[in-house]
Amino acid sequence: MMYGYAWDLTTPLTYAASILPILLIGLTVTLQAAAAGFALALVLGLVFALLRRSRIKAVALTTAFVVEFLRDTPLLVQLFFLYYVLPDYGITLPAFLTGVIALGLQYSAYTSEVYRGGIEAIPRGQWEAATALNMTRWQTYRDIVIPQMVPRIVPTMGNYLVAMLKETPVLSVVTVLEMLGLANMIGERTFEYLVPLSMVGIIFLLLTLICSAGIHRLEKVLPKAGIPLR
Amino acid sequence: MDWLTYLPSLAQGALVTAWITLASIAIGAALAFAAGIARVEGGRAVSTLALCYTEVFRGTSLLVQLFWLYYALPLVGLSFDPVTTGIVGLSLHVGAYGSEIVRGALNAVPVAQREAARALNFGRVHTLMRICLPQAIVEMMPAFGNLAIETLKLSSLVSLISIADLTFRAQSIRNITLDSATVYTLTLVGYFLMSLVLMLAMRLIERMVRRGAAFPRAAHA
Repeated sequence: MMYGYAWDLTTPLTYAASILPILLIGLTVTLQAAAAGFALALVLGLVFALLRRSRIKAVALTTAFVVEFLRDTPLLVQLFFLYYVLPDYGITLPAFLTGVIALGLQYSAYTSEVYRGGIEAIPRGQWEAATALNMTRWQTYRDIVIPQMVPRIVPTMGNYLVAMLKETPVLSVVTVLEMLGLANMIGERTFEYLVPLSMVGIIFLLLTLICSAGIHRLEKVLPKAGIPLR
Repeated sequence: MDWLTYLPSLAQGALVTAWITLASIAIGAALAFAAGIARVEGGRAVSTLALCYTEVFRGTSLLVQLFWLYYALPLVGLSFDPVTTGIVGLSLHVGAYGSEIVRGALNAVPVAQREAARALNFGRVHTLMRICLPQAIVEMMPAFGNLAIETLKLSSLVSLISIADLTFRAQSIRNITLDSATVYTLTLVGYFLMSLVLMLAMRLIERMVRRGAAFPRAAHA
């Protein structure tokens, strides 16, 4: 019994059907974590991308190092770091929030690279034109570069969202009760892991197939709407 | 409280991490080529099979796959030791991602090259081995470099199926000493250094492959 749903172990099928509602509750947590983590990654990635293009050498180099470090170390260890070290310094966050921050940090390293590619794809002539019009660097980013870049990078960002979705089960190790965490708990109580773990796999597979189809469509639709993807 | 005392244990863990990562990269590369070539060159049945493999292992989370192999397979009578389970899981996962790289690079070889090979009466195997793969492999290398780093990072998940890798050792030390900041900083730096070494190694391999492609072994043919 979990969340008011009892399992029925008579056959694998009845078992699967009886635990589906529990796993779907876990799925909502998975989706929330991915959505919040990705929002953080989008914002932080843009900040990193802009700082990396800073004219102050020290700022650009430090940012480059931070991004490289975040990208070359495992999400799991970053998560442990946040989960165990922050409380030592008096910052105690709920596990869910710690997980979201870890996902956001790790993926901000990826998204900053996407932003960087997008910014570099804007022709130099536009920067020169903006300078000729006496626009400041900040104005050029805000009014010229970023509005053109954002639609072009949508499909790539979509791929990273799917990748992040598939990494959310890692949050279960710091007691976030997302889908995999719940499946494990069901397994521990019933001594029957095969069905719950297989169901989590199938739900993830369906989710990513749907998302990939959506991104594929975007890649077809955007160029038709006059937005070049490269 | 001396961080130096943690190093021997962490170094042992790093060796396990390195071994699992390298083994998974090697097996994963073999799987990637097999599945990637199957999807481009295989008949309908073979390429569908390869597509299913790729989609299933790319579409489900690695941690789910590892738990599945670790907890669920023994229930149907198949059980391996944790290290084998870890390497099998990681290889299958990485191989699925790699197969997309192989497929993309093979498809990017200009059609005219195949046509020319056919005009010269090359067989299918001959065309693949002598014409398509040597050109495609150069294009694959940067993506394979990223995938290698990804493999190293993902290898940390095997600590959750009780393999004493770097992450696992860090957890054990922290549970005894409660010195979280030091232990995890050392661990992060350890992974970072291993990534740098791996990156350097992949660059060297890339350079070797490039040189090999520039001077094909056609001389003795």
